[in-house]
Amino acid sequence: MSGFFQTDLGIVILTLAESLALIVPLLIGVAYLTLFERKVMGAMQLRKGPNIVGPFGLWQPFADALKMLFKETIIPTGSDRLLFMIAPMITFGLAVVAWAVIPVNNHWAIADINVGILYLFAISSLGVYGIIIAGWASNSKYAFLGALRSAAQMVSYEVSMGFIIVTVLVCVGSLNLNDIVMAQRHVWFAIPLFPLFIIFFISGLAETNRAPFDLAEGESEIVAGFFVEYSAMSFALFFLGEYANMILISAMTTTLFLGGWLPLFHCAPFTWLPGPFWFLGKVLFCLFVFVWVRATLPRLRYDQLMALGWKVFLPITLVYLVAVAGVLEYLGWLPNA
Amino acid sequence: MIANLAFDFFSLILLTSAVMVVTSRNPVHAVLFLILAFINAAVLFLLAGAEFLAFILAIVYVGAVAVLFLFVVMMLDVDFAAWREGFQRYAPIGALVALVLFVELAVVVAGWTIAPAAPAARMFPTPDNVTNTVALGSLIYTSYLPLFQLSGIILLVAMIGAIVLTHRDRKRAKTQNLSAQHARRPEDTLVMVSAKLNEGATLPEKEIL
Amino acid sequence: MNRLGRMAWGLVLWEILSGMALTLKTFFGPKATINYPYEKNPTSARFKGEHALRRYPNGEERCIACKLCEAVCPAQAITIEAEPRDDGSRRTTRYDIDMTKCIYCGLCEEACPVDAIVEGPNFEFATETREELLYDKAKLLDNGDRWEPELAKRLELDAPYR
Repeated sequence: MSGFFQTDLGIVILTLAESLALIVPLLIGVAYLTLFERKVMGAMQLRKGPNIVGPFGLWQPFADALKMLFKETIIPTGSDRLLFMIAPMITFGLAVVAWAVIPVNNHWAIADINVGILYLFAISSLGVYGIIIAGWASNSKYAFLGALRSAAQMVSYEVSMGFIIVTVLVCVGSLNLNDIVMAQRHVWFAIPLFPLFIIFFISGLAETNRAPFDLAEGESEIVAGFFVEYSAMSFALFFLGEYANMILISAMTTTLFLGGWLPLFHCAPFTWLPGPFWFLGKVLFCLFVFVWVRATLPRLRYDQLMALGWKVFLPITLVYLVAVAGVLEYLGWLPNA
Repeated sequence: MIANLAFDFFSLILLTSAVMVVTSRNPVHAVLFLILAFINAAVLFLLAGAEFLAFILAIVYVGAVAVLFLFVVMMLDVDFAAWREGFQRYAPIGALVALVLFVELAVVVAGWTIAPAAPAARMFPTPDNVTNTVALGSLIYTSYLPLFQLSGIILLVAMIGAIVLTHRDRKRAKTQNLSAQHARRPEDTLVMVSAKLNEGATLPEKEIL
Repeated sequence: MNRLGRMAWGLVLWEILSGMALTLKTFFGPKATINYPYEKNPTSARFKGEHALRRYPNGEERCIACKLCEAVCPAQAITIEAEPRDDGSRRTTRYDIDMTKCIYCGLCEEACPVDAIVEGPNFEFATETREELLYDKAKLLDNGDRWEPELAKRLELDAPYR
């Protein structure tokens, strides 16, 4: 049997099975993340959240999905039909594709490639295309405004995000995500690189267009931003894509700063739980903070958003990168790859 | 065999999208085809075993440069009719420029000899036991350090030049002074005065501005 | 605090942290949600809900077709036509309220000299079609019969304040 999985056909079948084993839980996770968000936001606003469909509202995601499926897909006149339909697919597809390299446990990744972090960064930087194409193809001024805002915003925050990733890489000495997690055996990077951890998380909020950086959506000023004209399943794909991106950024934060699948302490009661549970727990924690921030903070003004990205985050991350590299070099702690 | 097929497939897409960049009527479509071409070039790098270059291409060109490009092109309000107007008049000059370029290219290609060591290097692009990234880094930061620094400085100069050319310090709108706002304390601006019955209160002298 | 001290303090993000602490506290606190179809808020005796035409205890309808409510209605939602009945008393032949026009101000109730038209406690009378909201006299009398115990109680509770 193990011989079969070494052949070309075997590898293809194995990869397909692995992908399926990842995508199905991911999609269910995305569906339940919507419920999770509504429940948590509700609780923070003294409400109960959805509680009618099924026990504690547990079937709510499926009710929403069914509603979306049965709605009419409207393509606006004057829109670029092909691009209009492709845009949500790009957004959702990229959010799912990025998961190929995330290690859920030691060497549990579909593709354990040695430039994993670059792959993640490249995929997340492509995410802007779904939004910008949607905004342009809709042939609507609100959608276009949203697309322009998000394009500038995502490019700006990617810069500081890139510097943070480079700082982590300097500490690890490898681009492989598995190695990055293993380098945190003794101490999670969230502790020595605490400011970067916070900045990375905030940039992640901006990168996924989540509150308080949801200017691309901006429902109170440009109705719903880049997806005003979308309805039914194409809207649902954008919606799912946003939530899949949230999970992805949480997984990235977990892998880079919170020690991936590693337990809290390397002693008895903590090591009983297998790695994936720790990974899942940390991702859930990040997602909770995502929702928590959304329930607490008001939206930034656009110039404040840009000032934060370019005048605060960029200098801090740049100085921190140089400082970390200098300290490591001075103490002789630079990892030899 | 599969690698060869994949190479043919992706290079076909690359060439087709490159042609579409030139022939598309809609400039936004042209930019999108350019992005497709970039992505396929990255895939070709990947097939050649240069994964670091592939992803850097994707991040820098597709993720940042092309976004800004698309950004600008989307905002253009192109009047296609006005474009076509002078076609007859300018066609000969355009053809002449194209001809000159073509001749130059032909001369270059005709005189091009491939270095004898190149095919061997192409077979084994990276040294053994070392990842692509490390191999590239050890070359850039040792043998080619001055060139690398120089290219960095050129980019810096370009950036500063662009800022100097476009930045104008116009005071047309009222902007907020964040640090001044944050520096405001209650004790700086607020004074508590007790008012007597039927007499009212007067502000202390120094507060009347 | 001097300038540098303030900048350093700014990096702590104290305002954001205290805001987040507040939302976290309400996250664990008791919820204000009323589980609506199963639980309802108590309503005041003056609550202005669905209209009803009341009758005297002997079954005679109270309305004497004085048309004061029609005159006072600011939304002009009430239409009344009247004729003398066979026994010589003056009664309405038509009493319509367009519930889509009504603004539930309660002026009709105030104007009525015989407490015939009242606004009851019922607020759950949504319909699937618009036509169902054009109430006629039969519907209003029916409402009155159905809600009479509560309507009488409400008037009694509110009487000291009138």
